[in-house]
Amino acid sequence: MKEQLQKDFENTIRNLSLSQKDIEIKKFSLDNFINKGFPNRREEDWKFSDLNQIINKNIGELSFYNDYTSTNKVDTSVFVDGLVHNKIVFINGRIEKIDFDYEKKDQIEIIDQSEIINKFENNNSLSDLNSAFNNKSFKIVVKKGYQLSKPLIIYHTTNSKIWSKNINLRLDFELQEDSSLRLIDLFNDTSEKNFLNIFYNFDLKENAILKNYKIDKIENKNIKYSFNNIEQNKNTISETFILSSGSNFFKSEVNCNLKGEHSSAFVNGIFSLDKNKHHEIRTTVNHLTENTKSYQLIKSVLEDSSKAAYQGKIFVNSDAQKTDGYQLSKAILLNKDSEFNAKPELEIYADDVKCSHGSASGSLNEDSIFYLMSRGLNYNQARELLINGFLLDVVEKITDSEIKNLIKNMIGIKE
Amino acid sequence: MENRQKEIDKLKDYKYGFSTDIENTRAPKGLNEEVIKFISNIKKEPQWMLEFRLKAYERFKQLKEPNWQKPKYPNIDYQDLYYYSAPKSMDDKPKSLDELDPKLLETYKKLGIPLQEQARLNGIAVDAVFDSVSVATTFREELIKQGIIFCPISEAIQNHPELVKKYLGSVIPLTDHFFATLNSAVFTDGSFVYIPEGVRCPMELSTYFRINASNTGQFERTLIIADKGSYVSYLEGCTAPMRDENQLHAANVELVALDDAEIKYSTVQNWYPGDKDGKGGIYNFVTKRGLCKGKNSKISWTQVETGSAITWKYPSCILKGDNSVGEFYSIAITNNHQKADTGTKMIHLGKNTKSKIISKGISAGFSDMTYRGLVDISSKASNSNNYTQCDSLLMGNKCGAHTVPYIKNKNSESNIAHEATTSKISEEQLHYCQQRGLSAEEAVGLIVNGFCKEVLQQLPMEFAVEAQKLVGISLEGSVG
Repeated sequence: MKEQLQKDFENTIRNLSLSQKDIEIKKFSLDNFINKGFPNRREEDWKFSDLNQIINKNIGELSFYNDYTSTNKVDTSVFVDGLVHNKIVFINGRIEKIDFDYEKKDQIEIIDQSEIINKFENNNSLSDLNSAFNNKSFKIVVKKGYQLSKPLIIYHTTNSKIWSKNINLRLDFELQEDSSLRLIDLFNDTSEKNFLNIFYNFDLKENAILKNYKIDKIENKNIKYSFNNIEQNKNTISETFILSSGSNFFKSEVNCNLKGEHSSAFVNGIFSLDKNKHHEIRTTVNHLTENTKSYQLIKSVLEDSSKAAYQGKIFVNSDAQKTDGYQLSKAILLNKDSEFNAKPELEIYADDVKCSHGSASGSLNEDSIFYLMSRGLNYNQARELLINGFLLDVVEKITDSEIKNLIKNMIGIKE
Repeated sequence: MENRQKEIDKLKDYKYGFSTDIENTRAPKGLNEEVIKFISNIKKEPQWMLEFRLKAYERFKQLKEPNWQKPKYPNIDYQDLYYYSAPKSMDDKPKSLDELDPKLLETYKKLGIPLQEQARLNGIAVDAVFDSVSVATTFREELIKQGIIFCPISEAIQNHPELVKKYLGSVIPLTDHFFATLNSAVFTDGSFVYIPEGVRCPMELSTYFRINASNTGQFERTLIIADKGSYVSYLEGCTAPMRDENQLHAANVELVALDDAEIKYSTVQNWYPGDKDGKGGIYNFVTKRGLCKGKNSKISWTQVETGSAITWKYPSCILKGDNSVGEFYSIAITNNHQKADTGTKMIHLGKNTKSKIISKGISAGFSDMTYRGLVDISSKASNSNNYTQCDSLLMGNKCGAHTVPYIKNKNSESNIAHEATTSKISEEQLHYCQQRGLSAEEAVGLIVNGFCKEVLQQLPMEFAVEAQKLVGISLEGSVG
């Protein structure tokens, strides 16, 4: 893999106009990655999902160089109907379209920072991989006091032109004081056997509100990793919802730093898996100051020989008195080969806090099935009703009614 | 005179902190094959036992010391320790308690463990382990009448080799992990219990561990076998003198429960925790594991952990037999600069297996407490259940309380439920108690005892009273 990486790296930087110093920095990241390789189960954070093994098994040889010189045709059929929205379209990792038609132009600034290297503070090797190979990265700034009137959908589309490729994306968002952004990440893959490595960084200034919905619904054979870092100042709110379902492997990580008083973070997720899919959500919420709040709810429904893992950590600093932290994960195992692993972790250094977590996993409740069948439903109807109700609980946590309905329609949950 | 006063003041904090001035026989300092042969020789062990030890030592040399645990500690120089230390008077084994060195008797009396049988009314048989040897085992004859074997493990190796050979290392294999393997190589003494088929042990069996000599590691090994349909309740207590250096205690405890057998293992661990500034104290790195080998068997661990500078242990159950049950009840209290990383592992292999974990952690002062646990339901363990509850109580914002559960469910017919909370003593509760005339300290003691009640109830009567007091003492000075 080392030769491949070095060769692809040479090709990648040839197409970029970087200063010698920037190349050095990228080279440094590359060397870091070469040393560490893909994360494996010996690393605590990857205990339940051995990415190295998964890539070897499902992809084999990856290539890291992507030719971004020619444009891809934007297929408008993938666009979401019935919801007026702004768009950013990625096709095979190349940014094809940025479109803020519905917003005041002077309130949103898009900065091309492809030629600015800023390292991501994350101690796993994938951030090194990302820094070494991402070739275009943007920073989107929502100006002070501006609230986007329409949501922004980022389309992550891949098609059959790519095969065994590694794609690295990087976006930065700055939400200035009193601003707000609703962001949907929609994954749309018709490609197979690629590894997507996506890093987002959000900086929320005072009173800003961020709502991020990640939707991985469409069946595909890709392997994905997504990392969201959310810095939260005073009175900010972040809401993250993850629907983890379509990809062969998907690990979503969310890291929230609650730095300002009265900031709060909500992370909710659904795993709806079948076949031999393997998904993971890992969250870390760092309560760094007084009077902050976090809430997490993760529910899984696992069919066939699918596997889900949830690692959630609540960290409370010794200054962070009056913290309110809550975390709940529930899983229904529908098949004897399915598997659910959880590591709900509390690390607490302050005493005046209210922190709790719960985790439960098991089969569908036979009593409930019996009850519904005695009311005239057949087994499958009863089962479906129970699963719907189980998952609806999480969808109901979405605070934006427009997007809530969109997601309900997408996963076919009826009320 | 002044010094003496200091001594007395010190003893107020940890009343078992005295040391006994007694002549010792020691192995040469350091860890090597010679020392292992020395230990084996002094114990007059058969060849197979020596081979067991040497095999473990070979393995140990290849192992790396683990460092994933939360409480970090300075490097231990394993060559700077004595691996064997015994009172000289034990060189020729005393035939009966009357021949026992009066100094030893005195020591145990001071600890509140009278070894003279006539002095004991509460019907507990005791095996007293002093540094590296077992000094006395009481009530042996009475137990033998029922076929129960209760003796130091070094005697069992000679008198019951077939049992020891069969079960030693069957739960904690030689190759297990760093400290367990070290123990397998150099273990010195400990208790051996065998309960024959269908016998319900008529009294509580107990071991009392005492570290006396300085610079010595204590490596004891306990092996309890409950044959088909038998029952035994076993208690373990520990204390050590106050010394400025840290001392290592790395014991292995193996339990085997055959069909329909039940073992109840209770520990009140009160090793010297170090002084107020975190100087000295015991490193308690113990491996405890029980195997529910037969069907319908049950193993229950109860622990009250108040001592030690660092406690690092996970009493575990391997639920291999169908319908077997594992339980874990724990209270861990850390104060001052103590650190604890403790919890359990419940490994469900058989069908219809059940496990229950109740863990209560209390941290005060500058201490740090971690609950770390594993519940693993394998794909064959159909219709199994686990319930876990771990609650932590924090006193002050200089201490930490952490919960790190690993939950693995590979069976769709099995259920796991896990709950954890972290909180502090509410002002209202304190106010209520104080209003009724209790001092702040008494009130905290009362509330904490209530918090721990679920676990304290599991202890045998005699221990429960002591443990309750211990909970209060451990938290002294943490309020206000």
